[in-house]
Amino acid sequence: MVENRPLARALTHFALIMGVFFLCFPVWMAVVASTHPADALSRAPIPLWFGNQAWENYSTVLSGGIAAAGGVPVGQMLWNSAIMALAVSFGKIAISLLSAFAVVYFRFPLRMVFFWMIFITLMLPVEVRILPTYDVMVNLQLLNTWGGLIVPLVASATATFLFRQFFLTIPDELVEAARIDRAGPMRFFWDILLPLSRTNIAAIFIILFIFGWNQYLWPLIITTDESLYTVVMGIRRMMNAGEALPVWNLIMATAVLAMLPPVMVVLAMQRLFVKGLVESEK
Amino acid sequence: MEKRVFFRDPVLPYLLVAPQIVITVVFFLWPSYQALESALYVEDAFGFSRQFVGLDNFRAIFADKVYLRAFGVTLVFGLSVTVLTMALSLGLAVAADRVLRASTAYRTFLIWPYAVAPAIAGVLWYFMMNPTIGIVAYWIEALSGTEWNHYVNGNQALILVIIAATWKQISYNFLFFLAGLQSIPRALVEAAAIDRAGPARRFWTIIFPLLAPTTFFLLVVNLVYAFFDTFSLIDATTNGGPANATSTLVVKVYQSGFVGQDYGASAAQSVVLMVIVMAMTVLQFRYIDRRVNY
Repeated sequence: MVENRPLARALTHFALIMGVFFLCFPVWMAVVASTHPADALSRAPIPLWFGNQAWENYSTVLSGGIAAAGGVPVGQMLWNSAIMALAVSFGKIAISLLSAFAVVYFRFPLRMVFFWMIFITLMLPVEVRILPTYDVMVNLQLLNTWGGLIVPLVASATATFLFRQFFLTIPDELVEAARIDRAGPMRFFWDILLPLSRTNIAAIFIILFIFGWNQYLWPLIITTDESLYTVVMGIRRMMNAGEALPVWNLIMATAVLAMLPPVMVVLAMQRLFVKGLVESEK
Repeated sequence: MEKRVFFRDPVLPYLLVAPQIVITVVFFLWPSYQALESALYVEDAFGFSRQFVGLDNFRAIFADKVYLRAFGVTLVFGLSVTVLTMALSLGLAVAADRVLRASTAYRTFLIWPYAVAPAIAGVLWYFMMNPTIGIVAYWIEALSGTEWNHYVNGNQALILVIIAATWKQISYNFLFFLAGLQSIPRALVEAAAIDRAGPARRFWTIIFPLLAPTTFFLLVVNLVYAFFDTFSLIDATTNGGPANATSTLVVKVYQSGFVGQDYGASAAQSVVLMVIVMAMTVLQFRYIDRRVNY
């Protein structure tokens, strides 16, 4: 602050505290609701402080799910989400590193054509090509398979551009040195490029993990088999469980569990997360 | 920018780009081409034969009142989310930038909603604003006497999804605004203060203009978010209702395609969405060089 104004200072803190309240209150309410029995949430006003049913609610959803919504255990959905998020982020990183390496360190016919093909995918989110993509999945018999859930999400223009930008900042002398030592391109990639990219890989991994974990539309159209449900998509069934009233204490327990892994990743690796977010959008 | 030094190999570069290109062609380019093509045909109910109809599918969707309504809903929704998000997060970023020492602590509390899935954000607010038990609905009724029921009131349902979508997007905007603010040289602000420009004057004449590239970038990002990424938020909560009051273009394309099984109409809507997202991407990349360097 340039000058010392106590009133302005107090107002600043007040604004920030209001912002924090606005962002944190819904989660507070979700956590509180997930610790009460169902009948405590049947009439207004609902409690603002914790109840004593936390253990019962969380163990119910983790092992048995919500009966009216097909009773798919949330534990299994969390596991599916974890597999999907990890496979998608590792896959994206692997193939983006390779294609960025090819585009930056080689000269070959069609190089720019490939580059633009990757670029165009930015303009084709699944929402705009939903039905024909579904047909492709049907023809390739990929519905209700892990491959169908993961492979089509593995292409990544964002990660390719990030790695391309980074590779362009690496001094050419390193390539020359590698060549003098008679290292081939793949040796250069493994022993020099990959170790240098470690921080960037970690930063983009956080963004991609959140992307993979939070997928909704893709699992919704690809999976009808309950054993493949992911948690973010699975919560939809609990909300619209036919005629039955929503079981709020269990839905909120599920929501808390669904938020926990990506939020923990962001909080635990805050510095890398900010770097990944700001740089991947450049 | 290009490398001066590079490797030569007749096969290797193709092998390296192959996985990315194969996935791109099979799951992105080919389906998109299919959407373009089938937007020009009408298919019979069993999918056995189809007939070329030119732009009839487009004429049909633009004559459809429900579709035009979805355009209007998308605009209101997109603009409200964008304006609210940017105003709130700019305010918070300016505040966090002023409290130098505590700003990291506040930042921690303000950035985590980025990690919450839009669908979950929707579920949280759906619970808080539930007409019978929602705490916020209870407060609204106690304080203003307005009856809150987004199950029947379309405007209230739209407000609900706007608030949830804004809540989720504030963190992202806050981080970019804060990074933009921190890259403004302190000397500029101090020089203005020496010339006796007050905080408001300094903000509008120095800080805000210098933030323009960040603001523009966020404007496009937020519109794309509101138009495309909020499908899950709406689908998991209001499901487009009541009476299509929260049915945006993306909700509509999903419903025509998967619920209505109308191939031609869904493809025509896909093409309209493609044009929108292309225009946004081009806008974003045209101005990308003018952005602040962090």
